[in-house]
Amino acid sequence: MALVELRGVTKIYDLGGEKIHALAGVDLDIESGEFTSIVGPSGSGKSTLMHILGCLDTPTGGAMSIDGIRVEKARPKELARIRNRKIGFVFQFFNLLPRLTVQQNVELPLIYMGYSAARRRERAMEVLGLVEMDNRSRHRPSQLSGGQQQRVAIARALVNEPRIIFADEPTGNLDSNTGEKILQLFHELHAGGRTLVLVTHDPDIAGLTPRRIEIRDGRIADEVDTRLVRGTEQSRFALTRDDRDAVGDSPREA
Amino acid sequence: MNLISAIDFSVRNVLAHPFRTILTMLGIILGVSSLVAMTAMVKGMEKGMKESMIAMGGLDKVLISEDGVPSEMDHLADLAPGRTFRDVYALRKNAPLLKVVSPELRADDRNITYGHKRTWPSELVGVWPAVLEMNLFEVEHGRFFCDMDEELALSVCVIGTGIRDELFGSPEKLGFEIIPIGKWININGQPFRIVGMFRHYESERDRKIRELEAKRRREQGQQSGPARQKGWGGSKTWGNPFWRKNNTVYIPMRTMWLKFPRYLEDSETGTLIPDTRLTDIDIKVRSMETMDKALQQARNVLGITHHGILDYEFRTQESGIEDINKRIRNARLSGGIISGLSLLIGGIGIMNIMFASIQERIREIGTCKALGASGSAVFFQVVTESIVVCILGALVGMGASLGVVELLEWLSPTQNSPVITPAALMTASACSIIIGMLAGIFPALKAARMSPMEALKY
Ligand SMILES: Nc1ncnc2c1ncn2[C@@H]1O[C@H](COP(=O)(O)OP(=O)(O)OP(=O)(O)O)[C@@H](O)[C@H]1O
Ligand SMILES: [Mg+2]
Repeated sequence: MALVELRGVTKIYDLGGEKIHALAGVDLDIESGEFTSIVGPSGSGKSTLMHILGCLDTPTGGAMSIDGIRVEKARPKELARIRNRKIGFVFQFFNLLPRLTVQQNVELPLIYMGYSAARRRERAMEVLGLVEMDNRSRHRPSQLSGGQQQRVAIARALVNEPRIIFADEPTGNLDSNTGEKILQLFHELHAGGRTLVLVTHDPDIAGLTPRRIEIRDGRIADEVDTRLVRGTEQSRFALTRDDRDAVGDSPREA
Repeated sequence: MNLISAIDFSVRNVLAHPFRTILTMLGIILGVSSLVAMTAMVKGMEKGMKESMIAMGGLDKVLISEDGVPSEMDHLADLAPGRTFRDVYALRKNAPLLKVVSPELRADDRNITYGHKRTWPSELVGVWPAVLEMNLFEVEHGRFFCDMDEELALSVCVIGTGIRDELFGSPEKLGFEIIPIGKWININGQPFRIVGMFRHYESERDRKIRELEAKRRREQGQQSGPARQKGWGGSKTWGNPFWRKNNTVYIPMRTMWLKFPRYLEDSETGTLIPDTRLTDIDIKVRSMETMDKALQQARNVLGITHHGILDYEFRTQESGIEDINKRIRNARLSGGIISGLSLLIGGIGIMNIMFASIQERIREIGTCKALGASGSAVFFQVVTESIVVCILGALVGMGASLGVVELLEWLSPTQNSPVITPAALMTASACSIIIGMLAGIFPALKAARMSPMEALKY
């Protein structure tokens, strides 16, 4: 059983009669240790999919499980617990709490887990060391550069030893150089065995991830797994999904 | 979410907008300070009342005072005996629930001289020794009257310290205390020997002020001399029971009979006949629990000695207490309304600011939820923040109430000076915590129910 399993997941927004199918039936498995990017044009449903994957939102239809736990009908409290224990988030705008110090920001998930202050500090400094921000632990987010803030946010996403980390446009608010360093960090984390899902506009960024999923109109339009491509020397489109809805839809240039 | 983190985050959020927080807290500050000041004032009144009550003889004292004959008995008015020794003996013998029965005979004229000094005592009364227990007097210097003084109607008197102050000089003025035992003074023109002097009576506040004054004089005073007198004595008026007590002069009952006889004018012939009536009979009951029964016994006895003519009435201290209670109730009510309204407005202000605060922090709340904060953790955080604001307001309010009390004391230095009690401070804190909780509930519910995804998009 995969770490994350989606079966026929739909998300329908009902705007006073007009129904918007943000997700129109998504089947997806994410295995432990994978580094997946989700790409697609604006409004295609990337963020919606990531919110559902991250248990920030529940699907309208279909089934979904994370780490063996069924979540499509879970109550808000259970979802909060799953986010707290199994998931890490990295946001485009960093989303650090401005009045807390770097260290307190990193400690936040542990506070909700009920860790003692001493264990929180120890663990926070550990992950801050991992992103090379431990020397700034007493600073406020406003005293850091964008890239440094995002590193702190990554430390915060790591602090609870999540089973999977989601990042929505983590480099969207950074210059290309800084963004590259953040991506470098993601790749290092992947190399360390962590599971990552990255939502991005940028084909170059997506091209560097081992697995790439393309969303179009709320469906998975294309999927490439470069590990398999390299391994079998097949066409890069050989592993596109059989069940994809490709009527008149040419595979996207990467 | 644990309490320490919640408080830590709350303080950070509150301090992020110090000026806004202070404006928000104004209602709470006003409410708490008026609450504390009001209870302090009431406490002061109660304390003053208790002290006065004891100065006047205590709660168990009942006056049997003269009363007009009721209209349906008007035709018997001439037969009304008034209060006499007959009543005193009858009560002492036949009303076992009475502890003390003390007859008093007051002189209408009362002026006292010593050399060229002159003073007017608050009371000049002929008494039996029972009066000490009745009016809670303690002889500090010399002695009280003995049987011989009474038997032989000797010209002796026992005075309060106020009389000494007027005739011989007060310790405050002189710097030392004169004890005029054995001195002869003139009471209404007749020589009397002082055989005893009562303790000095004063309210606790007056005592404190006097001691402070004395200490200041000792410290800086040697060169400037002892002659200054400050108005430490409270209001020296009839309204002040301590003043009245200190300006009392007692002489033996029989001495009063013989030296200062009173006469009645016969309405027909116009001749003067000796008045055999007492001016007062005071009684004390054995215990407050049996007050009603004791009064019934006294009523039964007097019904017989007065042939059923109701030319007297019982006056318990209740009427005085009633009056003071009414004033206390009024103070409580008006203070309560002011503080209640301010606290209400303060609470609404805090609720408003909490709504604004979570509105401007929607994304932060969304972030916390994404990191695993449950609805209840967010609820707890917001309510804690609201309570923190209220407690800060309460602390400032308590500080302000100290100032208010100082001001009140300065404006009207009466004996009912306000007393801030720990209970009042606790009540104020409890009130502010409850208000913080109530004001925080709705904003907290709103924050707790926010969808994490919507909040993150904000
Ligand atoms: N709360 C909502 N109510 C109604 N419609 C919504 C809501 N959220 C998203 N949608 C719609 O769902 C569709 C998918 O939106 P989503 O945010 O997932 O796109 P996206 O792929 O993340 O786009 P972008 O790259 O611009 O971020 C869009 O058509 C959007 O208008
Ligand atoms: Mg998006």
